[in-house]
Amino acid sequence: MAVIGVSLTNDRHPANVIFSKNHLRYPVRAFAVNPKGGVLMGERIYPRIGEVPGPVELAVIAVRAEYVPDILEQCIRAGVGGAVIISGGFSETGRTGLQDRLTDMAREADFPFIGPNCLGIYAPERLDSLFLPPERMIRPEQGTVAIVSQSGGILVDQMVKFSQEGVGLSLGVSIGNKALVRELDLLEYLAGDPGTKVIAFYVEGFGKDEGRAFVEAAARCPKPVIVLKSGKSPGGSRAVSSHTASLAGDYGVFSRVLAQKGVVEAKNELELVSFCESLSCYRNAIRGNIGIVTGSGGHGAMAVDACSDQGLTVPLLGSEIQGDLRERLSPGLRDIAATGNPIDLTGSAVDDDFAAVTDYLSRVPEIDCILMLLLPYLPGITPDLGARLSHIHQRGGRPLIAYVPHVEKFRMLIEGFELNGIPVSPSIEGAVLMATAMRRCQPC
Amino acid sequence: MLKKEVLELLNASREQGWVLEPDAKRILSLYDIPVPRFVWARDLGAAVDFAGDAGYPVVAKVISPRILHKSDTGGVIPGIAGEAQLSAAFEKFSRMDGFAGMLVEETAPGIELMAGAKIDFQFGPVILLGMGGTGVEIYRDTALRMAPLAERDVPSMVGELKARRLIQGYRGADPVDMKQLTRVLMGFSDLVMDLREHIESIDLNPLMCSARACVAADARILLKEKEAGSAGPA
Repeated sequence: MAVIGVSLTNDRHPANVIFSKNHLRYPVRAFAVNPKGGVLMGERIYPRIGEVPGPVELAVIAVRAEYVPDILEQCIRAGVGGAVIISGGFSETGRTGLQDRLTDMAREADFPFIGPNCLGIYAPERLDSLFLPPERMIRPEQGTVAIVSQSGGILVDQMVKFSQEGVGLSLGVSIGNKALVRELDLLEYLAGDPGTKVIAFYVEGFGKDEGRAFVEAAARCPKPVIVLKSGKSPGGSRAVSSHTASLAGDYGVFSRVLAQKGVVEAKNELELVSFCESLSCYRNAIRGNIGIVTGSGGHGAMAVDACSDQGLTVPLLGSEIQGDLRERLSPGLRDIAATGNPIDLTGSAVDDDFAAVTDYLSRVPEIDCILMLLLPYLPGITPDLGARLSHIHQRGGRPLIAYVPHVEKFRMLIEGFELNGIPVSPSIEGAVLMATAMRRCQPC
Repeated sequence: MLKKEVLELLNASREQGWVLEPDAKRILSLYDIPVPRFVWARDLGAAVDFAGDAGYPVVAKVISPRILHKSDTGGVIPGIAGEAQLSAAFEKFSRMDGFAGMLVEETAPGIELMAGAKIDFQFGPVILLGMGGTGVEIYRDTALRMAPLAERDVPSMVGELKARRLIQGYRGADPVDMKQLTRVLMGFSDLVMDLREHIESIDLNPLMCSARACVAADARILLKEKEAGSAGPA
């Protein structure tokens, strides 16, 4: 990669930050470019992109807006593969003409670029065009969720949340003004990317008819597509004249068309991260019949309420099933456990009880997803339970979702789930959202 | 494919920006969407003849290019039981702004649903189904799909409505004929796709639905505002 616009004097210049981190920390070979030439971190600065030795796959352009067209032309002429244009000062400040020049040049040359006015690409372990100093960044692990964001800030914020929740990233892209490469292009690219299982978007708005093309592509895409939308206030100047326009405001249409096509809409950041984690583990849609297993009646009751809010069902289990369940529990629990659903194993339960119930519920047709509310403070629960329940799931069980309080002390329990492909939420609400994601990722 | 007759009716309405109800209903008929039998009466005699033939009670509505919101201006009188009331309605309407005649139609039985469409900036044509009548914006009970519809969308839209039990036959009432409702919505979907370049929105409200029929008792087609000249690139 070439980083165009490095400063000879300012180490905090975006181009310098990008050059430095890629040079030091990534397998990519980075070249610095500045017309003045010179030396940066012991490496030669090339005066022009055309003088960089060997083929350049990606140019990161961080020069002042008015110089960008010239630099872009040089990149095209030098046979560069594509560009990320970090520079601001285009349509976001009213200079649409300048931006259109870039788009026209690139279209003519069939030269892809991301931006301008963006952070660009974060590809874990491969390259990073974000101009944020590495010591300030929270980096999620490499994983299977791709996120495309119109806002660089939201992308970085989501990376923090992904990291906290143990959700791995395959690719993060900030598309900024999306002058050329837009959501639809990235959706089509990511649909075919073998490293990506879930595709998430933060969208402020689509262009004319662009939403239609996007949802149609998402409906064809075999991977779950999640969208978080901002700017939900109603619009439409002639809305008063038509009932339909008044009843179907801009956001109302957005939300309902997404649901129609099986695109999962996240209403906020908690939903986005919960949906991403869940759908990176489970791709098949469920009807939404939840079996709740808990060691605390209160947690069970709260989970039932949260399920009901989300339109999920917690079916009462038949007496035969309840009898079977009871038979499999430790003798001391048989008279005190509740087996109707929620299945409350009480504070006296041990690992074997949770394992027996998980195994049995996985064969009950009334249930298509198990919500496991684990309270690690209970004396009979060991840190091994996460891995043990995960293995039961892997032997052909129903989708399993766990709630475990996220504190360092319980890390082994949590990782026992997460490293075995079972999503874990730090809240009951989040765990229920994970089940919601599976119900919503199908056309209605 | 947009039929020539439809295009002519739209072109004749460009000036006022929306299509007069009798013309709108003619367009619906061309897409196999049933409408109540009606007459565009320019004099009282024609109204009386129609009502005598169709049978009372009838509905009378003002026809005027200046009156888009007929209900709000007292331009709709349902349940007209005889000639005296019909004559009074004609008298009242004839004093209204832009009076161009009176529409007299059969009273369609059933529950009041509404079908609507608008051309959304981001998603293009979308179709809405909901509880209709004058209270639509109070109940706001609607389901929406991007057009064109598939037949399976219709039961799924009905299933999303809070009022679905009214449609499925509430407390002994006969359920709405889903075949008829599906046929109407599929025709509406074709209409909307064909007219997408010309319209801003369409309201079929009320869409009277019963165990026997689904009939568009009113139709409001708002045309797209003329492109604002050549103001350069957007």
